[in-house]
Formats: sequence, structure tokens, C-alpha cells
Amino acid sequence: MLVSILHRATGTALAIGGGILFAWWLAAAASGPDYYESFRYYAVQAEAGDTLGCIVNVLARIVAIGLTWSFFQHLFSGLRHFVLDTGAGYELKTNRMWSILTIVGSITFTALIWGCILLARG
Amino acid sequence: MAEFSLPKNSKIKSGGKVHKAEPGASNVKTFKVYRYDPDSGENPRYDKFELDLDETGPMVLDALIKMKSEQDPSLTFRRSCREGICGSCAMNMNGKNGLACTTAIEDCKGEVRITPLPHMDVIKDLVPDFTHFYAQYASIQPWLKTVTPAPSGKERLQSPEDRAKLDGLYECILCACCSTSCPSYWWNSDKFLGPAILLQAYRWLADSRDEFTGERLDELEDPFRLYRCHTIMNCANVCPKGLSPARAIAEIKKMEVERQI
Repeated sequence: MLVSILHRATGTALAIGGGILFAWWLAAAASGPDYYESFRYYAVQAEAGDTLGCIVNVLARIVAIGLTWSFFQHLFSGLRHFVLDTGAGYELKTNRMWSILTIVGSITFTALIWGCILLARG
Repeated sequence: MAEFSLPKNSKIKSGGKVHKAEPGASNVKTFKVYRYDPDSGENPRYDKFELDLDETGPMVLDALIKMKSEQDPSLTFRRSCREGICGSCAMNMNGKNGLACTTAIEDCKGEVRITPLPHMDVIKDLVPDFTHFYAQYASIQPWLKTVTPAPSGKERLQSPEDRAKLDGLYECILCACCSTSCPSYWWNSDKFLGPAILLQAYRWLADSRDEFTGERLDELEDPFRLYRCHTIMNCANVCPKGLSPARAIAEIKKMEVERQI
């Protein structure tokens, strides 16, 4: 039941939260270099002395990590649904194993991606 | 629609009765039992029953019968066969649906909370109203339907292989443990048939002797009747007979697709 709830919750988060942020990012990019720079400033890297900017940075990162995890969780539980729709994987033990693996997989992939991002930024 | 809180007149109020165990009892276990009496006009409550397990049979149903015969004769619940074949004593024990007669007391940790099957109208205490559930069962026409005349003087034959396709389906006792554990059924039971009825529907679709497969599939092909199943898997996890309504529903969905190819 947990994976089913997560599938819906992450789907909603991606569609609404991810959709709004993506539109915002596109709008920022279309509004010229100055506007985009201030978007980047708050989303990625504020100056060290700017307390508000740094708080917004941390919040933005939490949201970004959350959306990354939502993406992988929704992807893996979607693949699980795909396999279940072929009539396979209904034995209770197998089913439980795959539902746990969707969560393990999504957390692993999120950690890998953010590990790479943070490494690349140094 | 989804309802996340109980209606006003279903909210459980405090101040239930406590039935103490006899003095000197050594192996005492407490059962917290949902009580609702429609005639009193009062909200439901939990009554506590203390039982000496040394004097009680091993199953939750044994405990309920002991409470009724020794502590409170007004306690109301359904029971009949006491061996998991009639499906009468389906209820929720410590948050999980099951048959009281096949659920061992020692498998229930701590204080045992007993409530009626979830999200059903309650008639009294642990007795839910199955009117709608049975009407849904009738709607799938659960009997062999044929157009060809029966062979004279003998049964319609079925090969052992075709008969084997009904294993895991015919054993269903319609206790409703699966349907009442299904969130989709909680929220759409007016239109969604639910796991128990869909497993029964598949039992007739899978029967090699039935000649109304197409019509049966037409009846089921509906966004609500069949497709509210989102493979949540609660049904298969609670079935006291170890069946898998989820798999039966997946097979119906496959039949709906395959007939279009």
C-alpha cells in the first residue's frame, strides 16, 4: 500500500511542483540575462553574507533533491505497475520484494545523482 | 469520494464499560471491542474485556464467545462454522482484517482491538451491513451461463487442465476481508465492484464451460467497475484463504485487452 500511496504523492509533486518550477525556470530564461541571473542567484548560489539568499538556496536544494527522488520513485513504481499489468509478480513475497526495491532504487539513484552534482561543483 | 474522518454520529466516544477478569486470574489479556447499539441513539464506544487466557480457547472467536457468554450477553457478532469455511466472523483485529475463528490470540500483540470490517455501515457492534456487497455479487451473475443445450443424461465435461484454472478462485468464501481492506473500495464502493466480487467474476470468466465470456467482459469494461483496481495489493495480503484477488483482477484486465487484438 505504501508504494501505491508514494506513486500518487510523487506523481502529484512532479506534475504540480515540478511543473510550476519548470515553467518558472523557462520564464526566467526567456526574460533576459539579468532576470535569469537573479533566478540563478536564489536557486543555486547566493553570496556568503546574504542570509536570506542562503536560506532560499538551502530550500531550493531540498526541493530539487525531493523532486529528483520523486522522479525516480514514480519511475520505478510505474515500471512495477507495468510488470504487474502483464499478470506477473503477484506472489506475496515477490511483490513485497519489488515494492521495497522501488524505494531502495529511488533513494540510491537520487544519492548517486546528487553525489555527482555536488562533486562536479566541487 | 475519499472520507478521512468519521461522520459525527460514528465518532467513537470515551467511557466504555470495563469487564474485569475474575480475581486470581494469572494469564490476563485485554480485548478492546467496538460497541454500537442503534437503538440507544448513542455514539459507538470501546468496551474492555479482560479474559484469563488459561480458561479461553486459542482463537479470537473463542475469546468473543467467552465474553458473550460470561461477561456481556448483548455483545453482537456473526459466527457459524468456527473453522474458516463460512466467512461469517470476518472482522478487523489489531488493524488487520481476518476471520476471528482462524486468527490466534497469541498472534495479536498487546491489547487486542476488535472492530467491524472497515468502511462498512454497522448494524450493531461487530456486524456490518452486507446488502450492497451481496447486490454487487448478484450483479456479476455468479452462475454457469450457457446457450447450448446440456448433453443429455450427463454433466457438461471439463478437462482436468481446465478445471485446474479454477483453483485459487473457487475457494473464496465471500467473507469481504479483501474488499473492506481496499482503499479503492472504501472510496468508490458505490461503483467499484471490489476485489471479492471481481475474483468471483473471474471465476466464471475462467470456467471453460461458461458461454457468456464476451457479455461478462462487456459488463465489466468500465472505468469504475473494474479499473478502480490500482494493484494496491491489500486484498491478497489479508485474504484468510490465501487467495489473490489482485491477480484475478489482472487476468480480467488482460482478457479485456486480448479480445481486442
